[in-house]
Amino acid sequence: MTANDPSPTHLQLTRDGQLRHFLTLDGLERPLLTDILDTADSFIEVGERSIKKVPLLRGRTVVNLFFESSTRTRSTFELAAKRLSADVLNLDISTSATSKGETLSDTLLNLEAMASDMFVVRHSQSGAPHFIAESVTPGVAIINAGDGRHAHPTQAMLDMLTIRQRKGRFEGLKVAIVGDVLHSRVARSQIRALNELGAEEVRVIAPGTLLPLDVEDLGCTVEYDMARGMKDLDVVIMLRLQKERMEGALLPSEREFYRLYGLSQEKLSLARPDCIVMHPGPINRGVEIESAVADGPQSVILNQVTNGIAIRMAVMSMAMGGQMAERQQKLAGQQEGRA
Amino acid sequence: MSAKEQRAGIALTITGGQLYDSERGLVDNPGLLIRDGRIAALGAGIHEAGDTLDAGGQIIAPGFIDLCCNLREPGNGQKGNIRSETRAAARGGFSTVCASPETSPVNDSSAVTNLILDGAEARGAVRVLPIGAITRGLEGELLSDMAGLKASGCVAVGNGSRGVRNARILRRCMAYAKTFDLTVMFSPENSSLAADGYAHDGQVTTRLGMLGIPEVAETAAVMEMLLLAEETGVHLHLSQISCARSVDMIANARARGVPVTADVAMHQLCFTESALAGFDSRFHVRPPLRSEADRQALLAGVRAGTIAAIASQHLPHDSAAKQAPLPATEPGLSSIETVLSLGLELVQRGELALADLLRSLTSGPAGILGREADIREGAPADLCLFDPQARWQPSAESLLSVGKHAPVIGRALPGVVTLTLVEGQPAWRSA
Amino acid sequence: MTVLLEMNELLDTLEGGLRGVLEARGIDNPVLIGIRTGGVWVAEALGKRLGLSEPYGALDISFYRDDFSRIGLNPTVTPSSLPFDTEGRDIILVDDVIMSGRTIRAAMNELFDYGRPASIILATLIDLGARELPIQPDAAGQTLALAPRQRVKLRGPEPLTIELQESGQ
Repeated sequence: MTANDPSPTHLQLTRDGQLRHFLTLDGLERPLLTDILDTADSFIEVGERSIKKVPLLRGRTVVNLFFESSTRTRSTFELAAKRLSADVLNLDISTSATSKGETLSDTLLNLEAMASDMFVVRHSQSGAPHFIAESVTPGVAIINAGDGRHAHPTQAMLDMLTIRQRKGRFEGLKVAIVGDVLHSRVARSQIRALNELGAEEVRVIAPGTLLPLDVEDLGCTVEYDMARGMKDLDVVIMLRLQKERMEGALLPSEREFYRLYGLSQEKLSLARPDCIVMHPGPINRGVEIESAVADGPQSVILNQVTNGIAIRMAVMSMAMGGQMAERQQKLAGQQEGRA
Repeated sequence: MSAKEQRAGIALTITGGQLYDSERGLVDNPGLLIRDGRIAALGAGIHEAGDTLDAGGQIIAPGFIDLCCNLREPGNGQKGNIRSETRAAARGGFSTVCASPETSPVNDSSAVTNLILDGAEARGAVRVLPIGAITRGLEGELLSDMAGLKASGCVAVGNGSRGVRNARILRRCMAYAKTFDLTVMFSPENSSLAADGYAHDGQVTTRLGMLGIPEVAETAAVMEMLLLAEETGVHLHLSQISCARSVDMIANARARGVPVTADVAMHQLCFTESALAGFDSRFHVRPPLRSEADRQALLAGVRAGTIAAIASQHLPHDSAAKQAPLPATEPGLSSIETVLSLGLELVQRGELALADLLRSLTSGPAGILGREADIREGAPADLCLFDPQARWQPSAESLLSVGKHAPVIGRALPGVVTLTLVEGQPAWRSA
Repeated sequence: MTVLLEMNELLDTLEGGLRGVLEARGIDNPVLIGIRTGGVWVAEALGKRLGLSEPYGALDISFYRDDFSRIGLNPTVTPSSLPFDTEGRDIILVDDVIMSGRTIRAAMNELFDYGRPASIILATLIDLGARELPIQPDAAGQTLALAPRQRVKLRGPEPLTIELQESGQ
């Protein structure tokens, strides 16, 4: 019984259902997710041309706001924006403004005043992109490039694109997500996407210390034993394990984790023979995954990288389109009001 | 001329409407005469004197008593002060508020207590009862000067919203407070289990990847405190409980004869973890809003009297404290002006009887403080008149508190307080 | 009221005009590229008539439209597919209808991102006039001036038909 609509849907979509921010997959339904994948397919084709650029965002300014550094993710967003012909500004905020006592709001309002059209936001705190979209700069399209443990929707969608390319469908697929689900924004977004797109089963495989409370409520089954969990799998997604998880009594050692939950050739052989292996990167070889598996024939990890650019082009152009269409409507409304 | 002298000689007669106190329940107002700051006469035989107020359609109740209110004074003033926050309290129907020890500096000495009481005398709209800090600086290590605090006017000692990490110190705090027959008011939270959390560990935190405070962070602390209270025999008051299991344990302890009482914040009775589903930082509160099952159990605890008081847990902030991504915001709601209205919504939905609501705002908290809140001849004229049918809409402009983060903004609520009297003097009168 | 136009006659005229242009320019090995969706159907029909051995290409101009900033991205975008290298080739660009000329502007911009063609010939089934840009078809099946409330509707791919529709009062 809250006063306001707590669902993120109203924030992300225009009144006629176009994307205007991309914050989370919560509340986005299958037709829209499918549109994103289809649009990304078209952008993959653009990437194969002699000039890999389309004029959609020409004259628009995209600011990569990384409050948490990640060269890889930032590079793919930057390349995606440039292939859409946008002007791109990269800001690494963790080292500049906020350390001088300027609030997040101050920083963003300054950037908005520079006529920015889109912020790509990565932040260590869950909900930061929501906050920016809702309270700070509602006229700027916000793309979530990963917030705290909450969501990493472009990563999940590029994974879905990779699965669709390899499997051609989601129906009937058994997918496992292995490792540190508790701290993983990627896993939360993947579980949501797989459920919405119709996968038959999503399993999470992890020790109890790396699972959130009642994780089943997200739409997945839980398996502590990896050998049992690998059975009948079509897709296995390995999550990155941060070194600091060895502190604070979450795990005893990297070696024990690898022995129990690392993906070896031997464990992979328990899955279906055409099971594909995915990883959001960067890979910790010998911690989550054996090198032979990461570089092996069942690995699609490099496809994921290529697809990352296309998915980001799709989401950026769709959200910018929604924002601009909405601006047009508001303008038309104002003119009508004056007439 | 002092305020007391001003009060002398002024008379007010209130007719019509309904009268509530815990003795009678809700009855037709037999007529009420107020003179010299006291209730001079009640019922048939009163002859109208002074101004006459027709309270038709309204309820006349003892002024509400809040066990947990942050007046933010002493402090830097950005988040509120005695003037602003006691006016907000009066608007909410409160004639008495307990001032949390979590001020800056912390109220751990007679000097700070006197500062608060002097401020309240000079600038306060309602009666202010300070709560002293149970440990020096609320740091959970050294005992505060409890005898001095009591002598200066503190009605209890407590830990504010901060945990006491060390059970041995907790035990000594209780034993020392018992020496002076001081009530100890604790917000039960096990700091190591709560860790860096800021939301109820449950469905919403799992889905949104927020850092959770598990229920056991509260229930483990409640159990520990109950056992220590049982051993020391101190009057333990558990402030702002949030879990179903806590209600059970308190009921059990009370049945065993442990001198324990409890209160719950109004927002815990109205909202659940789902209020955070859109990252609304207003609902970042501590203890966190929990599950619907917890909310139901808390309501049942109020109905049964296990939870004797409903508090505001009013914690005003400047806007910057709430203008950030949710995990970076400060916990707390600016709630005192909407407590009655939210309670009346519970009454309208059939979740709480009107008599239970009014008891929990008047005689319930009064009993915990060893005070009275009855409308009887000779008692101080601390009264609250409200129209339960009239509606108002809280907004940043309309709120009197410096804190604009009320639990409801921009939606009409039932229940308008028309008059709050403190010793016969109007502390709030609606326009 | 709906009037069915004679598709074969339109295609005959278009084919004749096109052959004339190819002959005049001395082009003997052109490739066909249709603009989605109607232009692709017309390109397929023309391919058979001209007896071209190479498959035709399909162009989706969604990423090049100049009304993106007004209406957003077309939600049904499909990948363009050019199963040949366009560099140095003579291209016949095909659309069902030409009106403002904006679609053709977008299509030519897109074509140049694949490489530099030797030439582009524009063929449209219907020319509705009402141009907003200096772009003219080299060959057209028919020139029509629409009255208000009239519009043409192509259906396909099999059978390929074209209707002149008039909305009610």
